[in-house]
Amino acid sequence: MSTPSAAQRFVRGILPENPVYRQMLGLCATLAVTNNLKSAVTMGAAVLFVLVCANLMVSLIRHWLTPHLRIVIFTLTIATFVTVADRLLAAFLYPMSKALGPYIPLIIVNCIIICRCEVCAAKQGPLTAVADALGQSLGFALALVSLAAVREILGTGMWFGFRVLPAAWPDWVIMVLPPGAFLTFGLLLGLANWISARRGGKEEA
Amino acid sequence: MTYFVDILLIALGAALINNFVFYYFVGICPFIGVSRRVEMAFGMGCAVTFVMTIAAAISWTMTRFVLMPGAPLTRWAAGLWLDPQAAAGVDLSILSYIVYIFAIAASVQFVEMYLRRFLPLLYRSFGVFLPLITTNCAILFACLTIMSRLVGVDDPAARWDLAQALALALFGGVGFTLAIVIMAGIREELEACDVPAPFRGVPIALVVGGILAMAFMGFTGVDNGLKTALTPPAAIVAQAPQADSGNGASTP
Repeated sequence: MSTPSAAQRFVRGILPENPVYRQMLGLCATLAVTNNLKSAVTMGAAVLFVLVCANLMVSLIRHWLTPHLRIVIFTLTIATFVTVADRLLAAFLYPMSKALGPYIPLIIVNCIIICRCEVCAAKQGPLTAVADALGQSLGFALALVSLAAVREILGTGMWFGFRVLPAAWPDWVIMVLPPGAFLTFGLLLGLANWISARRGGKEEA
Repeated sequence: MTYFVDILLIALGAALINNFVFYYFVGICPFIGVSRRVEMAFGMGCAVTFVMTIAAAISWTMTRFVLMPGAPLTRWAAGLWLDPQAAAGVDLSILSYIVYIFAIAASVQFVEMYLRRFLPLLYRSFGVFLPLITTNCAILFACLTIMSRLVGVDDPAARWDLAQALALALFGGVGFTLAIVIMAGIREELEACDVPAPFRGVPIALVVGGILAMAFMGFTGVDNGLKTALTPPAAIVAQAPQADSGNGASTP
């Protein structure tokens, strides 16, 4: 298997190897923050920041990594950047930081980031690593937004806090509560599988 | 008396009412990945509970004595070369995430060594899952919850002590085990069902998880009812002004 180029890495992350729908990674954050679009977008941006920084850093130090210590190094790098992101959010977007609560620090144990450090950044140069990080985090953000869009409009009739459906819409409160996350994601995942099966299974799982 | 009610409510809240999996969505990866067979799920649940309790004890100790603003050990160490006023203001809580990750990784390592030495059979059946616990969000989540009850709580009496932290971790782990074992039981039966092709595997598991989460929503408000029932009437009057400081379940 030859190593993919930067452009390939970028494109793959968005749909063909979408971290949520294809690789089933980072599900905790996916389910927890998608009850409205605002927090989904914030979460996507936080993951983008952490993933790009961590991938770049790991890629720069890849020649000094020793096999049995690499996971520790990855985790510490990620934890450092998550602390930065957490403090930045608390400083500039305080209400959002309050609303997301523990899920920002939980980015540390988000499997997407460790997986990308391991698969791409530890093997390839900084440019490819950054392209890969951008692709993967855009794919992640896309998945978050798709889920949040369904849940918020069905649960409250609104998008980003603005009313979209008529006020007569009976809010399906269950959609913004925890069970709605499982149901919506299960159904969307089934839909995604169905679409890719109809397209002749060209995309690998 | 009220202290034990407090512990009981924390335990009940962590295990059932605000179940880690169905309410906070932490530990979803093993919930989906390891819930194919009941024995496997039970083993995973036990490992998580064990590691979570150890990690909670370590992180409570670290937070209480080193990381939180004005923590005794930090104050003493800083006092060696700073004046007492400045030493009392040293705040290391910015390091907390890194410390927690270290604590979790260390406890996983410890459990792994212990199992390999004393319970090799269990060790082999865990296989790859044990190292994966390091990146299990449920454990970091427990550490963060404990941190949020220590750092930034102004009233010293409202800060959690070690027993409360351990109750949260232990019963959070029990709740996780419960969730993953129920799920595994259902999925074993699901193997025999004719599920539409695109939904096979993970999607149907998530839908089942949604229905289970709905069932667990039935516990909402149990803690408040229990609190009222168990607290002696005199204590209710005394506690009334601070009644809302509990773990925020909606009033029935």
